[in-house]
Amino acid sequence: MANRVAIVGAGQTDHSGSRWDVTGVELINEAVQRALDSAELTRDDIDGVVIGNMGHFEGINGVELWSIEGNGGLGKPTIKLTTGGTTGSTLAIGGYHMVASGLFKKLLVIGWEKNSESDTTGAITTAFDPIWDRLVFAGAISGLAVEASAYMKRFGVTERDAARAAVRDRKHAVNNPHAHIRKEISIDEVLRSPMLSDPIKALDICPRTDGACAVIYACEVVAEKISPKPAWIHATANRHPYAYLGDVDWYPLHSLVAASKEAYKKAGIREPLKEFDVLELYTPYSFANLSWIEALGLAKPGEGAKLIWDGATDMGGELPINPSGGVISTNPIGATGLIRAAECALQIMGKAGARQVPGAKRAMSTGFGGCFWSDLLIYGADKP
Amino acid sequence: MAPTNPDLPSAEPALKRRDILTFSSGEAFQPFHYSVGAFGTRFFDELKKNRRFMGVRCPGCKKVYVPPRPVCGPCYLPMTEWVPVGPLGTVIAFTMLRFAFIDPETGQKKPVPYGYGFIRLDGADTSLQHFLQVDEKAPIHIGMRVRPILEDVMNGNLRDIRHFEAEKK
Repeated sequence: MANRVAIVGAGQTDHSGSRWDVTGVELINEAVQRALDSAELTRDDIDGVVIGNMGHFEGINGVELWSIEGNGGLGKPTIKLTTGGTTGSTLAIGGYHMVASGLFKKLLVIGWEKNSESDTTGAITTAFDPIWDRLVFAGAISGLAVEASAYMKRFGVTERDAARAAVRDRKHAVNNPHAHIRKEISIDEVLRSPMLSDPIKALDICPRTDGACAVIYACEVVAEKISPKPAWIHATANRHPYAYLGDVDWYPLHSLVAASKEAYKKAGIREPLKEFDVLELYTPYSFANLSWIEALGLAKPGEGAKLIWDGATDMGGELPINPSGGVISTNPIGATGLIRAAECALQIMGKAGARQVPGAKRAMSTGFGGCFWSDLLIYGADKP
Repeated sequence: MAPTNPDLPSAEPALKRRDILTFSSGEAFQPFHYSVGAFGTRFFDELKKNRRFMGVRCPGCKKVYVPPRPVCGPCYLPMTEWVPVGPLGTVIAFTMLRFAFIDPETGQKKPVPYGYGFIRLDGADTSLQHFLQVDEKAPIHIGMRVRPILEDVMNGNLRDIRHFEAEKK
């Protein structure tokens, strides 16, 4: 039986397209110190550190050692955890596992990336099979474009439908002081932006960002002493089912369908649209905000766009999605999934500032990456 | 970890970008030499010697896998039954790539635009990812029937297939 675990603190850097002012280690420390400050803890209070990124972006192996002076892990169990695009969400789940095991009371979990320091697409391509998948593959954008082509063909979804979702996320980002891009866009601007890989245009897709995020997990014995309103973990699930891209069925996102079914069962969720107060989804491009909410059971197949157009997922709507501005506004890849977890925790803790969903009591975050893999966490204000 | 050396430019007010050095790795690169394995090697040998495509069938779920591999992931069963697939296939998803990026195989910018897609070879249950030739008279579409164009000289890798193009009826 797993012990109860809560998130009691979170810190993020000032994310931007290039944090030329700091080294990777300094960037990591900025998030770590902010997380410790948010929980009024010191480095000495922490009994272990888990850190992750996608090492091929920086070409630095052994980040857990390289960053030891800044990551808070000196003299403690300090390990690296990395699973490609899902790294940040896998960090969130792995941190939960470690504290739920009873072996750690207060654990610091860190995700980070400095995407400005190399060619993002070239680096992503090296995550895939050299014999079969690298010849034509062009990183995340092309892989997602292929998915969009199948989704559009199947349901007649349009580029305009997708643009509405990009407009939502970018509008939300204006409320988030940590967001990389804080500028509203219009549907026409999305549709007129340069075509990168049909049907994905520049304003449909996430940016590449430098940034770090740190989250502090605590066991039940200490969680409420640290935070008056900790964010309890109610369920986690993950599916990493494929290695070859040619094995993927392009609709629905099967990994997310399976992970959400498992997590809903664990957390007792029957009607996700009604029972959640806020979602932070790893939706790296506009079309994902339509088709992947269908995978999550929020809309019937092909009807995701309707929910978006109705405003149900806008701030003030029935179920606000991505109050932070989401991945389309901020994407330091190894941190991106963990930022989703941090944002959910801030919502439950009532510390989300201008992007707060009033009275949020139940939240869900996702992670996406690898070969169409999914991770998922459910959070609550009440103990599980 | 703010700078504490008084000789450094002050961290406050904010440093300007020109005050901070960049160290570049230069043009060094790391060549790799990957084993293609027995299953992959047989696939490319069949293509070269017999000009045919082969997949492997799982004894459990009966799915035919291309690329061939020794174990079915979902069933975790060894696969030994080789079956011919293709050479014709169907496009199940595609894109036109328009932005240039550095190809990690060559270190050069990839020539764009190019079309690529996932081709379900006849008789296979998974897809092969490859170039699609763009023909303005017959734009690429999902469901399009395609055939492979093989190179005259083959070297035992995926480039032995030049591309797939529309099958003329």
